[in-house]
Amino acid sequence: MAELTAGDTTNPPAEAVSLGDLFAGFLQIAISGFGGVLPWTRRMLVEQRAWLNDAEFNELLSLCQLLPGPNVLNLAICVGARFQGWRGSLVSVTALLALPFCFAIGAGMLYVKYGDLTIVRGAMAGVSAAAAGLVIAMAGKMARSGIDGFRSACVASAGFTAVALLRWPIGWVLLGLIPVSLFLARVFKK
Amino acid sequence: MKPASPLGSLAYHFVLLSLLAVGGANAIIPELHRVAVEQNHWLSNSQFVDLFAIAQAVPGPNVLIVTLIGWQVAGIPGACVATAAMCAPSCLLTYGAQRAWHRFYQSPVRLLLQRALVPVAVGLVLASGFVLTQAAGLDWKYVAISLVTALVAFGTKWNPLWLLGAAAVLGAAGWL
Repeated sequence: MAELTAGDTTNPPAEAVSLGDLFAGFLQIAISGFGGVLPWTRRMLVEQRAWLNDAEFNELLSLCQLLPGPNVLNLAICVGARFQGWRGSLVSVTALLALPFCFAIGAGMLYVKYGDLTIVRGAMAGVSAAAAGLVIAMAGKMARSGIDGFRSACVASAGFTAVALLRWPIGWVLLGLIPVSLFLARVFKK
Repeated sequence: MKPASPLGSLAYHFVLLSLLAVGGANAIIPELHRVAVEQNHWLSNSQFVDLFAIAQAVPGPNVLIVTLIGWQVAGIPGACVATAAMCAPSCLLTYGAQRAWHRFYQSPVRLLLQRALVPVAVGLVLASGFVLTQAAGLDWKYVAISLVTALVAFGTKWNPLWLLGAAAVLGAAGWL
């Protein structure tokens, strides 16, 4: 791969990152991504392999967070497509999903087999509660940059209330909330 | 108009959910809970919570909760169908969008969309955390574990696996 000098903003040309490179890169992300894959993705793409520079990574990430679906999968689609078209996307997504898929099924089988043991029940109860906490922390981290005033706080609270407290179906909530949120974002600066 | 076979039913639900996951897979947990536990009785409440915990503990994207639900409903084929149904629509959408993105990135519309959608995503992910905490059990010890984990994960850059591990040890030792 071409050496990037400091301040160089050009990323490697398309042919510099092969399908094999994409597969290896996203496989590495998949197996190192304990408890959240995103930090590892940045490390691999920007720091280790220099496929993207910081600005390009942020640009792609903002797209991937805007679109529905798992952010990391969206990122794999974008990076794959940039270097190798639709084949690149397919290879990257496969590399990202294949092993975790097997790990999950394997863990599921162990759970079915040993899930009734008292010690496993206890451990699972602890992990479940902690896993719920991790999701709350994730919301907090998203809020640090995404909630910047009264408007965004109201929109987030409305979404939370509708889904968590009123238990309305998420499709209807989004259908109602997104247009309102767009309108508010258009009208209010903060 | 719900399909009768389990595989068809999985595909039907997750294809829809794929496009609703604004903020990623963790934004649709309340809806997954509704579909899998309340509507279709594929899982009990505690199975749902356990599978979510497994999905968090296993390395990889957090879409794995969908894989595990599919697996529980219809074995390996169920896992494949659920994962594919959850991933394909949003992946296709992203593939289409990334072509135009570079130009669009500079436009004020992009900024507007971002300012409008990020708070929505925050609300949904927080709702997921709330529903999961509730589903994990309203015993004060569980709630305390959830809140302490949330605070530590929010305030530090520790690998979350340590937190899951610590909670597992507390639970296995019978202190919960």
